[in-house]
Amino acid sequence: MAIPKPRNNSGADATAQRRIQRIEMCDIVKRFPGVLANDRVCFDVKAGEVHALLGENGAGKSTLMRQLFGLYKPDEGEILIDGQRVEFNSPADAIRAGIGMIHQHFMLVPTLTVTQNVALGLKSSREPLTDLDVVAKRVRQLSEEYGLKVDPDAYIWQLSVGEQQRVEILKALYRNASMIILDEPTAVLTPQEVKDLFATLRRMVQEGHGLVFISHKLYEVLAISDRVTVLRDGRVIGTRETKDVTRDELARMMVGREVKRLRAQPQQAGEPLLQIRALRAMGDRGTEALRGIDLEVRSGEIVGIAGVSGNGQRELAECLGGLRKATAGTILVAGKDLTHASVQQRLQAGLAYIPEERMRDGAIKEFSVLENMFLLDHASPKYTHGIFLDFRRMREHAAALVKEYTVKTPSLETPIKNLSGGNIQKTIMARELSREPRVLVAAQPSRGIDIGATEYIHQRLLEQRASGQAILLISEDLDEVQALSDRIAVMYEGRIVGIVGRGQATAEQLGLMMAGVPMEEAMGAAPTAPTAEQPIEVSSVV
Amino acid sequence: MPLQIEPRLAPSRLANVLAPLVAIVLALLFSGILLVAVGVDPLETYRAMLRGAFGSAYAISETLVRATPLMFTGLAVSIAFRMLFWNIGAEGQLAMGAFAASGVALFLSQSVPWLKGPALLLAMALAAFAAGAVWGLIPGSLKAFLGVNEIITSLMLNYVAILWIQYLYYGPWKDPQGFGFPGTARFPDDAVLPRLKDTAWLPQLFDTGRVHWGLFLAIVAAVLLWLVLDRTRWGYEIKVIGENPRAARYAGMNIVRNILLVMIVSGGLAGLAGFSQVAGISYRLQQGIVVGDGYTAIIVAWLARLNPFGVLLVATLLAALFVGGDQIQITMGLPAAVAQVLQGAILFFVLASSFFTQYRIRWTGRRAAVVGEQ
Repeated sequence: MAIPKPRNNSGADATAQRRIQRIEMCDIVKRFPGVLANDRVCFDVKAGEVHALLGENGAGKSTLMRQLFGLYKPDEGEILIDGQRVEFNSPADAIRAGIGMIHQHFMLVPTLTVTQNVALGLKSSREPLTDLDVVAKRVRQLSEEYGLKVDPDAYIWQLSVGEQQRVEILKALYRNASMIILDEPTAVLTPQEVKDLFATLRRMVQEGHGLVFISHKLYEVLAISDRVTVLRDGRVIGTRETKDVTRDELARMMVGREVKRLRAQPQQAGEPLLQIRALRAMGDRGTEALRGIDLEVRSGEIVGIAGVSGNGQRELAECLGGLRKATAGTILVAGKDLTHASVQQRLQAGLAYIPEERMRDGAIKEFSVLENMFLLDHASPKYTHGIFLDFRRMREHAAALVKEYTVKTPSLETPIKNLSGGNIQKTIMARELSREPRVLVAAQPSRGIDIGATEYIHQRLLEQRASGQAILLISEDLDEVQALSDRIAVMYEGRIVGIVGRGQATAEQLGLMMAGVPMEEAMGAAPTAPTAEQPIEVSSVV
Repeated sequence: MPLQIEPRLAPSRLANVLAPLVAIVLALLFSGILLVAVGVDPLETYRAMLRGAFGSAYAISETLVRATPLMFTGLAVSIAFRMLFWNIGAEGQLAMGAFAASGVALFLSQSVPWLKGPALLLAMALAAFAAGAVWGLIPGSLKAFLGVNEIITSLMLNYVAILWIQYLYYGPWKDPQGFGFPGTARFPDDAVLPRLKDTAWLPQLFDTGRVHWGLFLAIVAAVLLWLVLDRTRWGYEIKVIGENPRAARYAGMNIVRNILLVMIVSGGLAGLAGFSQVAGISYRLQQGIVVGDGYTAIIVAWLARLNPFGVLLVATLLAALFVGGDQIQITMGLPAAVAQVLQGAILFFVLASSFFTQYRIRWTGRRAAVVGEQ
C-alpha cells in the first residue's frame, strides 16, 4: 500500500525517502482491564510542527502514542498516514513507516559505543561484514546537521543522561524517522540540557520533521509547541494553537477545575532541628557517594536539595532514614546524635522519612491500605493489646486518616498497589505526618504524581512548615524546589556546592551549579536575579 | 493473535475457587487416559482409592494417621515460607525431634523419677520441639548473620540428621532383645500418645484404628499459628519481611531476630512431627519414621497458600491419596506408582491453574491482516 518498500537501512540513501506529511489518529479506543485508557481519541500531527500532548499521569498520553508506535494495537479506530490507513503489528512496522519514538527510559546498551547502538538491529551495507565506519560517518553528519553533540566512539556508560537522550534521537533520525514521538523527554534533564534539547527540536522542525511532545509540564509545552492537545481520563478535552492559550487555561483543561496557587508568607525560622556535619557515606557501587555534607534545617524551614539525579541525594536521604551507614560525620536531630542510631531510635527521636522509591521502600504492594498505614506504628501500645493487634482501633484511626488526607480508595482493605501514585503517596504522607515528627525528610515527594495530588502534598508540606517542623525536601524537580524552599542547597558529586536563599538565584544559575560550576562563578554568570524578599509563590502547576 | 493474556487487576473469587476444582478434574481425566492405556478401568480405580481412604472408620483413621505428620511439617514449612525463608530442612528437623523424644522416653525417664504420666509426654514434646528448633536455627543463623543460602544448608542438614538417628538405632540405642531388628526398645507405657479409641471421655468416632492424640496437637498448633500470623504484631512483621524486606528495614524491623524466631518455630513444629510419630505410632525409634514428610510438606504448604487451616485440609487430602494408593495396590493388584502418577498429575494441574487466578485470557477476535510492506 502506501508504505514504501523496505529500504536499505544503512542510512546512505536516507535523502531518497519521502517524508510523511500528516499522521491522523481517528476515534482511537483502547481498553485495559477495568480502564478505558483512550476513549474515541482523535489526534493529528503535521510535518514541520511540534504538537504537544498534555495531560496528567494516567490521562492516556503514552498509551495513545504507544499505539502509534506499534507497541499496542487500538481496540477501535484507525491510523492514517498521508490519508492511507495503516496497521502496525510491532515497532518495527512503525519504524519502517517513518515513525520514531524516544522513550522515557532509554533503550541503549551501556557497554556498546554510540555507533554500535545506532547500528544495532540494522542490516549492514556489506553483509556479512559490519559497516560501522559508514554508520559512524553518517552519525557524525546527522549530529552536525541537528546540533546533537555526541562522540560516536564513546561508550554509552560514559555519557550523561542528556547525551544518552541525544543518542536516542540520533537512532531515530538514522532510521529515517520523519515523525518522532518524545515521551516526557525533559523529565531527566537539567535546565541547560532542556535548552539544548529545545534547540535541537526546533532544528528538526525546520528540517520538516513532525514532533509529538508528551509532557505534563505546562511551561515546557508553552515554550516548545505549535499546537497542544489536552487529554484527561482518556478523552480529548481540546486542541488549541499554543499562541492562543494561557497557562491557567491549560491547567484548567488538564485538571478539570481551577488550580489553586498557594502563597506562603516568609516566616521566621526557629532553632536548628536537623544538623548534618561532614557526613560521608559509600554508594552502592563502592565509590564514595557523600563526600562531606554540612547542612542545617531549622524549625519552620524548608530546605530544598537541588541536583541532577545520582549526585548523592538518594544516599543522603537513606543515611538520614537509617537505611545506609554513615562512614564519617554526624547527624543530629533536635540535638540528639542519631548518626549510628537504629531506625526505631530515629523514629522515636521524631524523624520521619518519605522515601524516594515509594513502592519499593515506603509501602508494601500486596498489603491493604490499612496494613500500610501501620507499617511503623504496629507495635505502638495505642494499637495493641499485649501481643495482639487491635484491628478495631487501627481501622478507626486509618479511616480518619484516609478522610483527612483525602485518599481515594474503594476501601481500607484494597491492596495499595491498586491505588494511583498520588493516593499511595497521600497514604504514606498520612502515615508519616500523623506521627507528628519534628524533622521530615521528603525525597521526591511529587515524582510521578498528578497535579491535584501534588498541589495537596505541597500544601501539606507548607502547613507542616508553618507548624514549626524542619523539612528537608530532596527533589530533582527544580521548580518544586524553588517554589517551596526557604533555602536551596545544590548537590553535585556528593558535595553541597552552594546554598542560596529564596529568590536569590535563577533557574539558570541553579542549573549551572547543578552541573558542577562553583557558586561564585555561577552567580556571576547571569545578571543578578531578583533579590527582593518575595512571598514564595507555590504553584502546583510546574 | 486473537488471544490476549492480561493480568487481573482485582482478584476474582470465582477464579480462585474454580481453578483448583477444574485442575483436579483435568488431572483425573489425564490420569484416566494413562489408566486406560495400561488396561484398567479408571472409574473403578478411583472408586477403589476413595473407598480405601474414606470408605470406613478404619480407612478414615488411617488417612488421618498419615495426615498428622504432614500437618506438622506443612505448618513448619509454611511459616518459614511466609518470610521467604526457604526451609527445605523439615525432614531433618523431624528426625531430630524423633531423636530427642526417644531419648527422653527411653533414658531420661529412667534417671528422673518424677518423669511419669503426662509429665513424661510433655517433656518428650518439649525436647522434640527444642531439638527441631536447634536444627532449624543452624541454617537460620547462618543466613541471618552470614547471609549463607538457607536452601543448601537446611537441605544438607537433613542427611546429617537422618544418618544420626540411623546410627543410633543400628548402633548404641539398638534394642538388645530386638532379634537384630534395627530399632530401639519399646517406650514405657507412659511415653505413648493415647489412641482416640482408647480415650474414654471422647465421643467414640473411632472404635478402631490407630489415630492418636498427635492429630489434636496438630490442630491446636494450626489454630495457634493462625492466631500468631493473623492477629499479632509479630505475624505482621513476618508478613512485611516476606513481602518487602526493604520496607521492613525502612520501618525499623529487626530482620535478624525475626529470622531466628521464625526458624525456632518452624524447626520446632517439624520436631513435633517426629515426636508425634514415635510416641503415637511406632513407640520406638526405628526405620520408617523419616519417609519424606519434610519434603511433601513443601507441596502441602504451597497448595495451602501458606494458610494454617489450608495446611490441615491439604495434608488430609494428600494423605488420602497415599492411603488410597496403597489400597489399590492391595485390592486391584495395581502398582503403587499409579497413585504417585495421580498425585503428580494433581499437583501439576493445581499449580498450573494458579496462573488463571492471576491472569485472564481474552478473546480479541480476528483482526484484519496487517499492512506491513505490501
